Amino acid sequence: MNRRPVFLITVLCFGFAFFYIPILSMMVYSFNGSRLATVWGGFSTKWYVSLFSNKQVGAALILSLQIALLSATVATILGTMSGIALARFPKFRGRTLFSGLVTAPLIMPEVITGISSLMLFILMAEWIGWPGQRGFTTITLAHITFSMVFVTTVVHSRMVQADRAIEEAAMDLGSRPWQVMFDVTLPVISPAILSGWLLAFTISLDDVVITSFTTGPGNTTLPLLIWSKVKLGVTPDINALATLTVIVVGTGVALAGFILNRAEKRREADRRLAYRAND
Amino acid sequence: MKARSTSHDGRFARWFNRTGWAQLVIGLPYIWLVLLFLIPFLIVLAMSVATRTPTAPPFGYGGENPVINLTGYARLFTDDLYIRAFTTSVTNAAGATVLCLLLGFPMALALTRVSTSWRQILLMLVILPFWTSFLLRVYAWMGLMGSNSWFNRMLTGWYNAVVPEEWALRALPLMHSNFAVVLVTVYTYLPFMILPLYANLERLDPVLDEAAMDLGSRPLRVFWDITLPQSIPGIIAGGLLVFIPAAGELVIPTLVGDAGSPMIGRVIADEFSSARDWPMASSVAVALLVLMVGPMMIYSHYQSRSDGGAR
Repeated sequence: MNRRPVFLITVLCFGFAFFYIPILSMMVYSFNGSRLATVWGGFSTKWYVSLFSNKQVGAALILSLQIALLSATVATILGTMSGIALARFPKFRGRTLFSGLVTAPLIMPEVITGISSLMLFILMAEWIGWPGQRGFTTITLAHITFSMVFVTTVVHSRMVQADRAIEEAAMDLGSRPWQVMFDVTLPVISPAILSGWLLAFTISLDDVVITSFTTGPGNTTLPLLIWSKVKLGVTPDINALATLTVIVVGTGVALAGFILNRAEKRREADRRLAYRAND
Repeated sequence: MKARSTSHDGRFARWFNRTGWAQLVIGLPYIWLVLLFLIPFLIVLAMSVATRTPTAPPFGYGGENPVINLTGYARLFTDDLYIRAFTTSVTNAAGATVLCLLLGFPMALALTRVSTSWRQILLMLVILPFWTSFLLRVYAWMGLMGSNSWFNRMLTGWYNAVVPEEWALRALPLMHSNFAVVLVTVYTYLPFMILPLYANLERLDPVLDEAAMDLGSRPLRVFWDITLPQSIPGIIAGGLLVFIPAAGELVIPTLVGDAGSPMIGRVIADEFSSARDWPMASSVAVALLVLMVGPMMIYSHYQSRSDGGAR
């Protein structure tokens, strides 16, 4: 196209300003000396000091990370299984219900998932005496359930795109099915499994609504702690916490993007070398 | 091609079935989802026709209570609170969807027009806020919309400069309004609009545009006749990805919404936790799901069709 799309570029700039100005403003105000969170009162790092000396924040962060690590790992195992099942088993009893069960949680409003899980746990405690107390276990069970379907989606779409000729070749060469699974299928979909795990991890780490329904006394995750503070209004130490989150996540995502990009380039170079060797 | 992959499917599946692996790979996630998703969902359905009692847990069937109690559903149509909550939710979600489309479409189109190296960076910048905490992104706007913030004072200044003097305000009442809910919904869900639109627009063949231009069409005409009709799948996908979660949203209306006219998600949470009326909360939840069935069916129809295309 020979004319420069001035209008499009203007909207793009406006869009990115819209995305980033609130975040930048929050970061600037985390260094605000004033107790009033929205009135500038000189540069200060005191909110960071108060944040780091706050034991509640540390405990909440550790609880959140434990739940996220455990639930993402189990969700990845279950989600990968159901992704493989949907992509490779065209017929089995109850397949229609199964494919409904892996899509419905994706569009179910969180508040309904929250109250339905809570009612399940309360009624189970009533009828079979378990779970006696809600907390780590119930939060983790709920997180696994709603994040595994995201893993399923990622793995399923990768499986559908994957070249089946390799699996077929492995079978023709006499591999057993579990060998095909572990030596061919799983390595081929490993990027999808990894990104599924990352997705499940961040979903769990970020969740407020479902956690707030499935938690019990004394089990405050980091989002729940922020939620209870933020409901009362803007506070400067949350600005500091938000700034740290943005910096950690931003660096992580940029680093991951850089590494993936380089790996992709190296693979591309290897492929070109291989072609040249064949000539 | 199709025939071969089908026979291959059968071979793979047969092999797995013989060794018992299939039962494991299908059965384990199946049992998990039945126990922790299907059964809770059936509990909500059953609870919506239960009777509220002052016991713990606060519901009952049979005995002196009716076996099926439809009071909850009846109240949905008679009590003004629920009707208003539904209209507020639908209006806010629809407004946010339209604004996301108006802002997201040009952004997605612009992303297809920039150089490849820029595109990588810009796409990452679109996704990056998505990885940071949802709660903190809502919170960022609480800081901006407060009556003392630089943003509110800037907008108030512009407003006062435009309107007659007797309408002048000290600060615009941005917080705790439907305006705030729509604005923050657009902010948090915009990537869901941009990404499917971008994926759709990127696949379009620029040759068609050029042909139309060569034949003398103006750019706006090319957009209207060529680009827009081809991008309808992307618009539907993006629109539903924004509308469906926005209509059931709980965090945004709780933090920046008007407590006087709550959205449906907040009504469910309040009925359940504050009023401890499980049957009523469940009736409202079922009604919300019924409301969403239409959009959900469009979405899954579209999804299955695009999956079929990829195969």
